[in-house]
Amino acid sequence: MTQGNDLTSSGRFLEVDDLHVSFSTEDGIVQAVDGITFGVERGKTLAIVGESGSGKSVTSLAIMGLFDKRRTTVSGRVMFEGDDLLKLDADDVRKLRGSRMAMIYQDPLSSLHPFYTIAKQLVEAVRVHQKVSKAEARDQCIAMLHKVGIPSPEKRIDSYPHELSGGMRQRVMIAMALINSPDLLIADEPTTALDVTVQAQILDLLRSLQQEFNTAIIMITHDLGVVADVADDVAVMYGGRVVEYGDVNSIFRRPEMPYTLGLLASVPRMDRVRTSRLDPIPGAPPSALKLPKGCVFAPRCSYKSQVPGDVCATDRPELLPAPSGQLVRCHLPGPTRVEISRVKLGELAGDSTAGGAA
Amino acid sequence: MSTSVSVYVLRRVLSMLLMLLLLSLIVFLLFNVLPGDPARLTCGKACTPEIIEANRHRLGLDMPVIAQYWEFLKGLFVGRTYAANSPDPVQCSAPCLGYSFKRHAEVSQLIKDGLPCTMWLALGSFIIWMVVGIGLGVYTALRRGRWQDKSVLGVALIGYSLPSFFIGILAMFFIVIKWHLLPYPRYVPPTEDLSKFLQTMILPWIVLAILYAAFYIRLTRSQMLETLNEDYIRTARSKGLPDRTVIRKHALRAGLTPIVTSAGLDLAGLLGGAVFIEAIFSLPGIGSLALGSVTDSDLPVIVGVTLVAAVFVIVANLVVDVLYAVIDPRVRPS
Repeated sequence: MTQGNDLTSSGRFLEVDDLHVSFSTEDGIVQAVDGITFGVERGKTLAIVGESGSGKSVTSLAIMGLFDKRRTTVSGRVMFEGDDLLKLDADDVRKLRGSRMAMIYQDPLSSLHPFYTIAKQLVEAVRVHQKVSKAEARDQCIAMLHKVGIPSPEKRIDSYPHELSGGMRQRVMIAMALINSPDLLIADEPTTALDVTVQAQILDLLRSLQQEFNTAIIMITHDLGVVADVADDVAVMYGGRVVEYGDVNSIFRRPEMPYTLGLLASVPRMDRVRTSRLDPIPGAPPSALKLPKGCVFAPRCSYKSQVPGDVCATDRPELLPAPSGQLVRCHLPGPTRVEISRVKLGELAGDSTAGGAA
Repeated sequence: MSTSVSVYVLRRVLSMLLMLLLLSLIVFLLFNVLPGDPARLTCGKACTPEIIEANRHRLGLDMPVIAQYWEFLKGLFVGRTYAANSPDPVQCSAPCLGYSFKRHAEVSQLIKDGLPCTMWLALGSFIIWMVVGIGLGVYTALRRGRWQDKSVLGVALIGYSLPSFFIGILAMFFIVIKWHLLPYPRYVPPTEDLSKFLQTMILPWIVLAILYAAFYIRLTRSQMLETLNEDYIRTARSKGLPDRTVIRKHALRAGLTPIVTSAGLDLAGLLGGAVFIEAIFSLPGIGSLALGSVTDSDLPVIVGVTLVAAVFVIVANLVVDVLYAVIDPRVRPS
């Protein structure tokens, strides 16, 4: 488990350092990612959590080098085993894609080419990075399909994507991503489009393949259930920034940033008393065209009155180590945050002794 | 799967035949109610009303239109003989599309004579406009919003807005008549004199291709812009495929369906004769034949040419539909 001071240390397998991504659009500059820093180790899973528009997917596409260079400005560093991906030649990054780092996406049907068979799409992924014959590549693909749990892969490999079920398609996507044994796998909402039962299977599959290949996984999701299930570390993103970052236990047990608390509060839970109401975060995320000057979450934060003066609206908080180990971007004093968190979580659990005090 | 494909094709062929039958009836009726007396065309300058009436009777033109249509249909399958009881009957062998008394020839023969020229014209310009249209379409899509994109689109818009006869006349006037860059067009089959053939055809090919290329640039460009945004293109890139492969094998292939549709129908339309271009460049094709027969009110030729042109379009429709299934596995009946 990662400790708080390790979160800022460098030398991990993948280090993203002060990454900024902005696009020029007709309406102006969109600051999609505004200075984020995180890292992930081989064999570990980092979950990036946030609402849609918080910059999760843009971050992953920036790491993969999959952005339109003419419209996008990217700065900061993405250190991949000591190389800064943002400084590498486009063709060198291309050669890393699919071989050392791979990605799976939310909707496996639209992510597979509708006109080509599974065989064709998988073999292509093998042969772009390995000098093998088509027959050898096909054998590799069948073995990989077997590994991701596709029954009779030697037959299924000649199907078209539309002939498979959603779960099977996502397995194919995973097979395609892992076919060259990458060191880094970015999974962008890999289970969102799937049935709940299939979700669990896919997560299990990812976990067992991670153990086998010792892959670093970045799991992008808005589903806290998935996070609790697979993550070692969690980075909570809001308005293009990381607002809280720590190991999964700290984040779930002692969240300190009001936004993280709000996320946890808005998840329905079976073990909670029925009468306790869901507690959505009021308002909507800020537009990336015009981010608030101070804390990005301030306009929706119910605790900003506890910060003296107008600091939340004027000053941007730094991502700083908190007493409980994680990094938190918040102007509230540490002890106040801990108290708020304790009370709120108590309320959520329906525990009257903790909740009653407030 | 192959049986269901052949059942599908068979059904399409049958409905195609039905459509042709209906079409021939409409064409036949339509041109029969138009002014112009077919019997008048059967006799020369020294014509008297008596001769015209006699001819009308001998040729069966005094029968009801439906009976004439029946004769026409029969002629298609078994051939027919005009003026069978006269001293010099006219024989028209099956498939008899009619007989032109104006030109003293079987309509099917006239069409057969004109077809190669029209076919070469259509094929040559088709190849030019497809290569230029798809090539520049992809190019502009990849440089969307930049000066290359804007200038190609601007030129294409000009090409698209100018009528082909206008460009054709300009080309003819400057390149052939004024600057003598090419000899005056005179059609010869390519088997007879290839260089003469090419010298004649190059201008009409280009003029015709300009109009169509402009359309295909815009079509390809918009298709590419659409498919380049698809998730599977992102997948192809994240596999580490080189840009060229992503564009050609993934994006272009996915955007091909509407391009193939238009290409099939445009080519078929041209096979029915490019009237203006053939007229400007004196090409003896179907278009010239149609134009001449309309000027002369040569009814059997008009009906024949219209039907043949319709056959091309209907067949092209069928071919395009079959090609869909080849391109897109999702529309294959399973």
